[in-house]
Amino acid sequence: MEVRGSTVPPTEAIARNTLLARVRAQLAQIPLLGWLFGALLATVIEQVVGDPLAQALGLEGIPGLFGLRIMLTPLFDILSLVVSSLLHRDIPGLLSGLGTILPELALIPSAVAYVLLVYVLPILVVARLSAPLANWLAKQLLDRFPLWVSLILHLGLLYATLHLWGDISEYRVLIMRFIFISIILTLSLNLVNGYMGEFSCSHPGFMALGAYAASVLTVLFFVNDDVFGAPLLPPALGPFMFPLALIAGGLVAAVGALAVAIPSFRTRGDYLAIISLAFMFIVKSLIENLEIIGGPRGFMNQPKWADLPTLFVWTAICVWIIYNFTRSTIGKAPCAVRDDEIAAGAMTINTRHTKMVTFLFGAFWAGVAGGLFAHVMGYINPGTFGVLKLSEILAMVYLGGLNSVVGSIAGAVGLQVLMEVLRPLELWKWIVIPILLIVLMIRRPTGLIAFTEVNIKELLQPRQTLRRSSVQAPGEER
Amino acid sequence: MGKLKVAVFILVGITLVIALIFLLSGMSVASFFQNLLNALQWGSFYALIALGYSMVYGVLLLFNFAHGDIFMVGAYIGLGVLTALMAVVAWLGIPSLPNWLLLALTILLAMLLTSFVGMLVERIGYRPLRGAPRASAAITGLMIGIILETGNLALLGAQRQKFPVLIETRPYQLGPVTVTNVKIMIVFLSLLLMLGLHQFVRRTKWGMAMRAMAYDFVVVPLMGVPINTIAALTFGLGSALAAAAGIFFGIAYPILEPYMGILIGWKAFVAAILGGRGSILGAALAGFLLGFIEIFVAAIFPSTWRDVIAYTIILLILTFRPHGFFGEPYTARLRL
Repeated sequence: MEVRGSTVPPTEAIARNTLLARVRAQLAQIPLLGWLFGALLATVIEQVVGDPLAQALGLEGIPGLFGLRIMLTPLFDILSLVVSSLLHRDIPGLLSGLGTILPELALIPSAVAYVLLVYVLPILVVARLSAPLANWLAKQLLDRFPLWVSLILHLGLLYATLHLWGDISEYRVLIMRFIFISIILTLSLNLVNGYMGEFSCSHPGFMALGAYAASVLTVLFFVNDDVFGAPLLPPALGPFMFPLALIAGGLVAAVGALAVAIPSFRTRGDYLAIISLAFMFIVKSLIENLEIIGGPRGFMNQPKWADLPTLFVWTAICVWIIYNFTRSTIGKAPCAVRDDEIAAGAMTINTRHTKMVTFLFGAFWAGVAGGLFAHVMGYINPGTFGVLKLSEILAMVYLGGLNSVVGSIAGAVGLQVLMEVLRPLELWKWIVIPILLIVLMIRRPTGLIAFTEVNIKELLQPRQTLRRSSVQAPGEER
Repeated sequence: MGKLKVAVFILVGITLVIALIFLLSGMSVASFFQNLLNALQWGSFYALIALGYSMVYGVLLLFNFAHGDIFMVGAYIGLGVLTALMAVVAWLGIPSLPNWLLLALTILLAMLLTSFVGMLVERIGYRPLRGAPRASAAITGLMIGIILETGNLALLGAQRQKFPVLIETRPYQLGPVTVTNVKIMIVFLSLLLMLGLHQFVRRTKWGMAMRAMAYDFVVVPLMGVPINTIAALTFGLGSALAAAAGIFFGIAYPILEPYMGILIGWKAFVAAILGGRGSILGAALAGFLLGFIEIFVAAIFPSTWRDVIAYTIILLILTFRPHGFFGEPYTARLRL
């Protein structure tokens, strides 16, 4: 659609001049900066009028996750009620049950109205109105300053939006924290399973190594603990040294990855899958046997330093580094190795070295994610880092799409939000999500946004304003 | 024959080393044989499940991550069939159907039904993904496994099911070693099933087609071998063996729960790869070896160290023999 330009036949151009096409043409003028302005203002509006508006609409409070749970819960309830009463041939029970659910159903329009009034409308209006200003600003930023100034401004706006959005409830902050950790994990596994085309199962193991290493460091140095005694350094220094502890955790995970990489990359084939699986069992079992770090009971007392800004910064750094890695020469080598190892070797790529570097790099980030995870929870337990975690990370990678940084982010956010939204299904959640994933795998075996990448430079560009009479499709004016 | 020699050498070597450590750590010869019997029983579960993984991996080059849960489903189907059979027998008023006949019928019926489950898994999760990246098929397998676990939990509830005792455990004293009839039966039947599979793959036309497909995926279909049928057959056979393992497991440890297949399944997967790609003999031997290592490590060291030591040994073996006991070195091969 994007590069058709003048080849569009006139009839098609007329057909496109519908309401939808006009809306899209209007929206195409808005640069990323404009959208961020809109989102920021929407969160400000929610801060100011959210509560009274929710009261006026008859909601209990500000909807936690865009009202999705309010919209879906009654539907799930009705479904389960119908099924169970049909199974038990209980028609009066069905009627009385429906009587209690129907009032809940009345909340759905309220939730929709809330989302429209607080999010959709302000974002659209503000983004469109500020489009000229935002376009000018984006152009100035790119013309006068290096790219990173513009990038940091965008990230700052994004963070401000997320911070204000999370200010409403602790629930939102918690979801965002897990989403950030999932993004790092998904990206790091995508390096191995996507870019390198191997099948690694050891990510929970690397995460555990990073989590325990970082926790031991922070607890040893900055916390008065029963096992490790008084802090070795003044606790006030802690938050500043926290990045060092995380990096140390990542390095420990990378050293652990050596134990997998050395035997598995000696030959080709599927031995990484099996060796990494064995490694995951070894790590979990080893931690369970080390009494000094709590054994099977887990390890606690970590200071909860991984708050929202810390996580945001780490995620941004991780995305930036991995994005650049995949575009660099050493990052393109694993793709070549994946597509044809012999040809890559003939092109003077040291295949074994490439695989090792990529694998260790991925393990490092998994370790960092583990360290962050430990300092979000304030408690870790070897049982967390098992087969279930593995299924979750793999599902995020393959949902989002192989070989794509954007895809990984989409997969991590998508699966986490899906799991939150489907929570009212309770047990059935774990039937619905797998079915969705199977259908997705059959339709798109490499995931939603596979093998495509957004160019950051292009993303930050201003959009040219369209003439009012234009009938061109959006996206042509790049 | 060289490969066989090396594999047997490794197996015997590891066995001897462990036996030596065992005896040096002050255990008696009697308890060695006692543990050996336990290891044979435990290893036969691994071996039967590993065969399913190994066949699918050999023929289709895919990991069937739902296989551990098919083992679980097999155990539950066995329980269901047994309950139904007992009800039918009571309803018909047959005074005394011997228990062994009941058990044999249960095993056969459950194997048949579970093989249909396996074929269904292949039809839903694997056939639409032929030609897709292999990892995608691994994901569908993983997801089907989760559906099987959760479906079981949703249908039958969280309480554990008890497998009825059909055969009274009768201990025999063989010198200082205590042998029970149940253990002997499980080991004997498992070996019988493995031998049956071996004969099937070696002697029948279907088995020949499976071996041909494991050898080449492009030319063999051109010669009139129906790929889909053979793939379904492979899944079905593996699932039938897993069902047998599930019932034996239910007889030996009569508590069934929805998540029982996860750990044992992943471990059997390790054993399957250890045996070498697509090698039936290798998978069986590696299954027994894994059981052997686990039981003896638990007997010598504190049992919490079992997984660490068992998997470290496996990691070492794979470091020096990356293709497993009987595996061919990897060659780039076209895949359908």
